Amino acid sequence: MAMVGEQWVLVEMVQALYEAPAYHLILEGILILWIIRLLFSKTYKLQERSDLTAKEKEELIEEWQPEPLVPPVPKDHPALNYNIVSGPPGHKIVVNGKECINFASFNFLGLLDNARVKEAALASLKKYGVGTCGPRGFYGTFDVHLELEERLAKFMKTEEAIIYSYGFATIASAIPAYSKRGDIVFVDKAACFAIQKGLQASRSDIKLFEHNDMAHLECLLKEQEIEDQKNPRKARVTRRFIVVEGLYMNTGSICPLPELVKLKYKYKARIFLEESLSFGVLGEHGRGVTEHFGINIDDIDLISANMENSLASIGGFCCGRSFVIDHQRLSGQGYCFSASLPPLLAAAAIEALNIMEENPDIFQVLRKKCKQIHKALQGTYGLKVVGESFSPAFHLQLEESTGSRENDIKLLQRIVDQCMNRNIALTQAHYLEKEEKNLPLPSIRIVVTVEQTEKELEKAASTIKEAAQSILS
Amino acid sequence: MRPGPGGCCCRRPPLPNGCVANGELRNGYVRSSSAVAAAAAATATATSQIHHVTQNGGLYKRPFNEAFEETPMLVAVLTYVGYGVLTLFGYLRDFLRHWRIEKCHHATEREEQKDFVSLYQDFENFYTRNLYMRIRDNWNRPICSVPGAKVDIMERHSHDYNWSFKYTGNIIKDVINMGSYNYLGFAKNTGTCNEAAAKILEEYGAGICSTRQEIGNLDKHEELEKLVARFLGVEAAMAYGMGFATNSMNIPAIVGKGCLILSDELNHASLVLGARLSGATIRVFKHNNMQSLEKLLKDAIVYGQPRTRRPWKKILILVEGIYSMEGSIVRLPEVIALKKKYKSYLYLDEAHSIGALGPTGRGVVEYFGLNPEDVDIMMGTFTKSFGAAGGYIGGRKELIDYLRVHSHSAVYATSLSPPVVEQIITSMKCIMGEDGTNLGKECVQQLAENTRYFRRRLKEMGFIIYGNEDSPVVPLMLYMPAKIGAFGREMLKRNIGVVVVGFPATPIIESRARFCLSAAHTKEILDTALKEINEVGDLLQLKYSRHRLVPLLDRPFDETTYEETED
Repeated sequence: MAMVGEQWVLVEMVQALYEAPAYHLILEGILILWIIRLLFSKTYKLQERSDLTAKEKEELIEEWQPEPLVPPVPKDHPALNYNIVSGPPGHKIVVNGKECINFASFNFLGLLDNARVKEAALASLKKYGVGTCGPRGFYGTFDVHLELEERLAKFMKTEEAIIYSYGFATIASAIPAYSKRGDIVFVDKAACFAIQKGLQASRSDIKLFEHNDMAHLECLLKEQEIEDQKNPRKARVTRRFIVVEGLYMNTGSICPLPELVKLKYKYKARIFLEESLSFGVLGEHGRGVTEHFGINIDDIDLISANMENSLASIGGFCCGRSFVIDHQRLSGQGYCFSASLPPLLAAAAIEALNIMEENPDIFQVLRKKCKQIHKALQGTYGLKVVGESFSPAFHLQLEESTGSRENDIKLLQRIVDQCMNRNIALTQAHYLEKEEKNLPLPSIRIVVTVEQTEKELEKAASTIKEAAQSILS
Repeated sequence: MRPGPGGCCCRRPPLPNGCVANGELRNGYVRSSSAVAAAAAATATATSQIHHVTQNGGLYKRPFNEAFEETPMLVAVLTYVGYGVLTLFGYLRDFLRHWRIEKCHHATEREEQKDFVSLYQDFENFYTRNLYMRIRDNWNRPICSVPGAKVDIMERHSHDYNWSFKYTGNIIKDVINMGSYNYLGFAKNTGTCNEAAAKILEEYGAGICSTRQEIGNLDKHEELEKLVARFLGVEAAMAYGMGFATNSMNIPAIVGKGCLILSDELNHASLVLGARLSGATIRVFKHNNMQSLEKLLKDAIVYGQPRTRRPWKKILILVEGIYSMEGSIVRLPEVIALKKKYKSYLYLDEAHSIGALGPTGRGVVEYFGLNPEDVDIMMGTFTKSFGAAGGYIGGRKELIDYLRVHSHSAVYATSLSPPVVEQIITSMKCIMGEDGTNLGKECVQQLAENTRYFRRRLKEMGFIIYGNEDSPVVPLMLYMPAKIGAFGREMLKRNIGVVVVGFPATPIIESRARFCLSAAHTKEILDTALKEINEVGDLLQLKYSRHRLVPLLDRPFDETTYEETED
């Protein structure tokens, strides 16, 4: 039956073809041609997109020329040829064969060549050797590390401290231990390079506020609050941090901590405070910027500082409440994955802390000396003093730029060289120009230490003034 | 840094040397157009459970024996069950803690800041709270002596299940140290190195208080760098204050946006961080697998950058000499052949291999008899073999000049402490024989002997041991979470300090104990350690290996053997 039916359909179709009008047939013919053409052109395109043959790939590989591993550095690049210091880099320093008074090393308390510190380090060296041969987790924790952590916590009046074996790695590891992708960090524009690297490693959203401009910070916090209200679910899991320095490495100015603490509670953002310059400098007992402003240290979530300035050792530490600090023992990359601090350096830091605790007057002396040279340098021809009068590291910048950074640096270097010739060791502040988020202006960085006598400070000031006068006028 | 295997785990997922029953992964040697007639023999045992690769011809001048025995199925299942039980109990106890039925020991947020967004997610700490905390006493054991062949450990007790420790004041004396990276035995408090360091400490002090580019470049640093360059056989070198930072602060100076980094999946955290900070694109190849690396290289050059389709500016391969968790040695001859073929650059991290490999301790390059000039960036640390601290980078003069100007460390970080520098100088001269003695050379030989002996004995006992037969890092597989803690404690009871590691440092089922050999270990010490390990191995039933004796490896490569492995 089916067969018969189909035959009928076929016959009908043929009949219909005969009966169909001519225009209909022509139209259908064109359509068929069109389809054939489409099919044809499509196959053509497919051919064009076909994969590369092995030979073509080889040719591409043959063709490819990579850039050189590193671009060549001109032989006379100012940063290529380092100053060579022979002997200890203490108060008297021999730079490129010339004995100078040191106004460049961050040896604020003069503990670098302190006999007691050396003795303590030596005793440790005789007991433990030099290296630790392991990270903290794997037999790299020494009793001296535990002692140093306890002493630092006690000194800072916090619950806990954690030590790192490298100053730079301290804040750079601490920030990404807490702040993750999606979190928001409000950070001062003048923040030092270690903070910048920590922020980059955290992959958080970064909001820069103008240097020490609390109004701008509040404005950004408010904006964020409005944003949070739009998306409260996201806001509930977005951590907010404010990262600031006690005394800024790049500007020598102090952070307005009381206002920051107010903003912290108002907008519920945690404060991380970098105190490498202010620890062992500010405050009655050298506890830093919290003591300077009389702020409860528990109001700051995390304080980090290196032990390479005031303590004249190597390494860094973070301190705060156990709830905060303990987290770094498993999440701080520079803590977990690096060999621990050589015990002799920990012992040196402990002895340095002892000296600081025994002589709280030392901080007064340091501040007095800072003020003295600060005052003496006012009115230097062509140079302006940048930084707080109590900051032991501050900057001399050109009043008027020559218009190009390169020339400014050359000019300042001439002043540095002339001072060096007159036995005052100075250095420009060095930066990686392409890497810095907000490149500071070229400057000479003056460092004051307690070892510099009034006479030496006077001499330094007058030497700098003369040099500036002769070179800039 | 390394993914845990998901689902079925009867086979180690990234089979490390590519010698697998898989057509695509043929033995992992380079198939370059040149006559690389590398003869390889895959041990195709009937069950195909051990994956060995031996290469005697072509690129390799010496046998290259590396083994990663497969995890037995039953062990893998039990391990997962173990984690399952731990996780269930974890949830139960979290529930009890939440309703204050169980006392909370961990530190809590300040009352004033309770309404802040929590500093870390509770969930993140589930593992720490419920798994790590149970066996926390195996880590951070404080010591109070030189980290030499024997070490004194401070005894501690916990009355609250490891939430806090109290020191009893007792000292566990003369514990055999199988944990420190003291490969050549330079961690000492006597001898010439120590005396020299002491002299420099008295003269210079401990700190520097400045950076290299400003006023912290001592004559001692220059002396050290010249010596390091000579030691490595490169044109120039630069030294840095921290090994971790040497990687994380110099990789960004060398590569950047538009560059490609090809990184081994088991690379150290510092290399991973450096690569991330650089802003370059990162692609990961399977551990020590040359097929995987070659495919990435080829694709990278042929297809260029994603989206923009521009060719890559440069390609940098990141590898380590010895992988510290796996005990494997990088297939350097093949990597160099690939690097040359594809015109890419090679960054070799010799943190564990410098001093520890090669007839005169020059590291993995010397071990394979290669030319140091073929490695573009030679990086290493002073922490391990030299018993000091810090790291270095060696290479051509142009590279080092560039780093002197652009290295983040040189500009922003305090330079190496003078006594540490002196320790490196004296220990390095000792290895080079420049102190007029043979001590250094003997140390290197002693370490090589110790390594072979210790590895062979452990294998004979029936443990599953990972890695290369010449690697002084010896991982012994424990697998189950409960055995991590048990092994560490039982060994300490027997006066032996070992390192045990579990997730996240290893894949979740591949927990292990790790022994680091040292030239300071005498035969007697090693025999004592082996005897105790054997005992604990029986007690904890750790002898998982189904190959009591190492099979003969030097079977020549031929098609029939190869066909067998294909199924």
